[in-house]
Amino acid sequence: MGRFILRRLGQGLLVVLGVSLVVFVAMRVFGDPAKVMLPLSATVEQRAEFEHLIGLDRPLPEQFVHFVKDLVTLDFGESLWQRRPAMEVVFERLPNTLMLIVSGLGFAILLALPLGAIAALRPGGIVDRVTVIGGLIGLSTPQFWLGLLLIMLFAVNLRILPTSGIGSWQHLVLPALTLALPSLARMTLLVRSQVIDELNQQYVKTARAKGMRFHTVLFGHALRNTLIPFITLAGWEVISALAGYTVVVESVFAWPGLGLTAIQAIQRNDLFLLQAIVFTVAIAIVLVNILLDIIYKFIDPRIKLA
Amino acid sequence: MNAATTDKPLLEIERLEVEFDTRRGVVRGLRGVDLVVGRGETLAIVGESGSGKSVTAQAVMGLIDVPGRISGGDIRWKGRSMVSRAGARMARDIRGKEIALVFQDPMTSLNPLITVGAQISEVLRRHLNMTRADADLRVLELLEAVGIPAPPRRARQYPHELSGGMRQRVMIAMAIACEPELLIADEPTTALDVTIQAQVLELLAGLQESLGLSVLLITHDLGVVAGLCSRVAVMYAGQIVETGPAEDVFGRPAHPYTQGLIRSTPRLDDRMERLVAIEGAPPNLLSPPGGCAFRERCPIADTVCEVQPKPAQVEARTDGTVACWHASANAWDMPVRAETGMLRAV
Amino acid sequence: MAAIDPPATPIAAPRPHGRLRALFDELWKDKPGFIGFSIIVLIVLAAFFAPLIAPYDPATQSVVARLKPPVWAAKGSWEHLLGTDQLGRDILSRLIFGARTSLIVGFSVVALAGAFGVTIGLLAGFRGGRTDTILMRLVDIQVAFPGLLMILLIVAVIGPSLGTMVVVLALTNWMIYARVVRGIVLSVRQTPYVEAAEMIGCPQSRVIFRHILPNLMSPLLTLGILEFTNIVLAEAALSFLGLGVQPPATSWGLDVSTGKDYIFVAWWLVTFPGLCISITVLSINLFANWLRVTTDPQEREKRFARARAAVRRREERRAGIRREAA
Repeated sequence: MGRFILRRLGQGLLVVLGVSLVVFVAMRVFGDPAKVMLPLSATVEQRAEFEHLIGLDRPLPEQFVHFVKDLVTLDFGESLWQRRPAMEVVFERLPNTLMLIVSGLGFAILLALPLGAIAALRPGGIVDRVTVIGGLIGLSTPQFWLGLLLIMLFAVNLRILPTSGIGSWQHLVLPALTLALPSLARMTLLVRSQVIDELNQQYVKTARAKGMRFHTVLFGHALRNTLIPFITLAGWEVISALAGYTVVVESVFAWPGLGLTAIQAIQRNDLFLLQAIVFTVAIAIVLVNILLDIIYKFIDPRIKLA
Repeated sequence: MNAATTDKPLLEIERLEVEFDTRRGVVRGLRGVDLVVGRGETLAIVGESGSGKSVTAQAVMGLIDVPGRISGGDIRWKGRSMVSRAGARMARDIRGKEIALVFQDPMTSLNPLITVGAQISEVLRRHLNMTRADADLRVLELLEAVGIPAPPRRARQYPHELSGGMRQRVMIAMAIACEPELLIADEPTTALDVTIQAQVLELLAGLQESLGLSVLLITHDLGVVAGLCSRVAVMYAGQIVETGPAEDVFGRPAHPYTQGLIRSTPRLDDRMERLVAIEGAPPNLLSPPGGCAFRERCPIADTVCEVQPKPAQVEARTDGTVACWHASANAWDMPVRAETGMLRAV
Repeated sequence: MAAIDPPATPIAAPRPHGRLRALFDELWKDKPGFIGFSIIVLIVLAAFFAPLIAPYDPATQSVVARLKPPVWAAKGSWEHLLGTDQLGRDILSRLIFGARTSLIVGFSVVALAGAFGVTIGLLAGFRGGRTDTILMRLVDIQVAFPGLLMILLIVAVIGPSLGTMVVVLALTNWMIYARVVRGIVLSVRQTPYVEAAEMIGCPQSRVIFRHILPNLMSPLLTLGILEFTNIVLAEAALSFLGLGVQPPATSWGLDVSTGKDYIFVAWWLVTFPGLCISITVLSINLFANWLRVTTDPQEREKRFARARAAVRRREERRAGIRREAA
């Protein structure tokens, strides 16, 4: 098990390195960090000084090496906007994003299993068709629009929930719901199609031929075998949320998490902070992937501990 | 009919009809199947692929699902219908307990994520209300009874860790766990190597004797029948065309189809130059032909075979029936071997 | 897998003209699929003929007609069916032209990403060995990238524009094509008839065209359609965040963004563009769902059988009720 984790960490390292390479290339080769980060009124000398400070006048490979060294020490420099170490800002905002993801996707995960299973019991029936259409609507709706609609409905018209910001549990409801709904739709549709397939499998017929009661067949066999693809998708949803959806949701609701901070950093040309956020998220994604793999090992006896 | 019919039969299938809804129409998979299995009897259903033998077994075990459904007839267990509403409930309780089914492909028939021991013990706990501890002990007994070495270790293994032959033994163990009265085996050896086939058949024969089981064996392999079964039913195009004691049906086949089958079976002690087959193919069950389904391939078919809706089940012998207007006629004109009374190919 | 495999039955091949007709009939029978298809056609036509259909130029501002509500509301008028925004621009016209943006971006990205991804997948599947390992490792690494965030960073650094967005979206979405194509190539190459063909010296190009490509068409079509919807949503999100299409160009996402400051006073600014996005994506999904089932014979049979079973259950229930009432 230890060797396995080590290998996955190694792969994760490759990912982080890949990310850093892309970021580096984008920033130093295609972009012009100095131009972006300095005020327009900067003089040529000020620019040269800045570039020297950052190390932009060094040859590219040397810059990259420095870059990587900084990564390893988690030194992302100082956020221009906040005037404190970038990582400090990141660690401050990270918990808010995590809270959003845990509550939103947790809700979606808990609901997707029963909804999908119920629809699968009678494929082609009314409940099933409604679930499929509902699911398709759910995953077709852009999250930013959904969020705004919910705000208009609950905050503006009904006035039972706040429009934005953080504070009480009421502030969490709409953002979490917005994050949850498309994921819920995707996961429900997956559970539904998986359970339908599993119920048609030969071993389910064996169970029925053995006279097992239907709830045993459903829970003990069909749903149990659905767990693996379901966990895969749930993990993917978490990763997608980290990788981007939270940006949209947080910016609609002004929820002070990493996503909103990223947008704010962009608006203020604070590239150091932006870099810090991207890397933190990349590492988080790698960790989630490793966690998923560990979970698979425990659930699926067919996978040998390699 | 049968000396054993003084006992009430265990399983009665009467005029069973099963249909399948497809986009091209309704496929009539079973078109009036009549079958009886008595206590302690070993009956084989033989026929080619698509004849309906597996569908019959699945109908008995309540496994006919969309797009199929039972559209007519009855299935009775110990006299009580399993097809009616009330009967269906009763049927759910006796399946796995009084009637058990062994499937063809043991790899896909076992849940890959659950240990084999757990899959056997769940039957025990469901039907016999055993505690987990008792069930675990019984699982070890069963594994031993089906000839699996080192039962404690094997019980904790997963299906993919066992060989094909051992998986099939596990299936058999699951089937006999509650000491059923009827064991249905649907092509139990088709997915196995020939050497393993023999072992599994031996096992089934041994269990049949020791437990006094009735066995309904479904196969397309005539050789498999010989070792295990006393009676044979031949199926063609969704109907039973001939029944009787195995020796009789193979030695003196009454139905032209059966005769054709025997004729095409190559024998080791025969000098044959070409393999012989029955010309033609089974009829399209989307629109089955009127009259006898075999008439288009039968050498001795005539107008009565076409005009009459269905050939009646005639007594062909003391102990069996045949569905043919020209029963016992020598359809393929084969010489009869005087000593054994067996028809043989030229 | 069907619960019971129906016995094999010979099928007469329908005439080609009849087949198209039959296909259309089947589409008509599946109401969601048909509605999806119709809406897609409408949207494509609207986008194509935008200058002819749209009542106004989407960029024309009017100080007089600011924030007018849609025609059915109190102060609405037939002049502006769906109202105007804060700069007096006609919403309906902006919606029609916005369709162009979404469709163009969608097609471009799918074409670009698809071309790249399919090539990589073919290379990996055919060369095998180290090439395959390296390429797939690259795919794995890039799949683990934090997608949207990286796009944000790159676009922020390079500067947002339509072209940048298309290229960046393509660069972050090619992996799925590679994986799917590689999988199909590998499995097709392992079938006995292809193995035989390669063994007798069939040139690789012929193998590709005669064996691999036909097996690729259908899955790639479905994949392309689904990816198209992802791109439409991604473009909308990027434009919403200000990093996609830039004014004065029109985009549904952009319109939602400008409208969000007015949700207290002008609900229609946010609602209609978002509705367009939803309806477009939903229609494509509905049609793709129908297509997926229809091009897979097994699924097609299942759909038919389930519909039949459902009808039968309903009839039985009705008969049961009537019997009880009698």
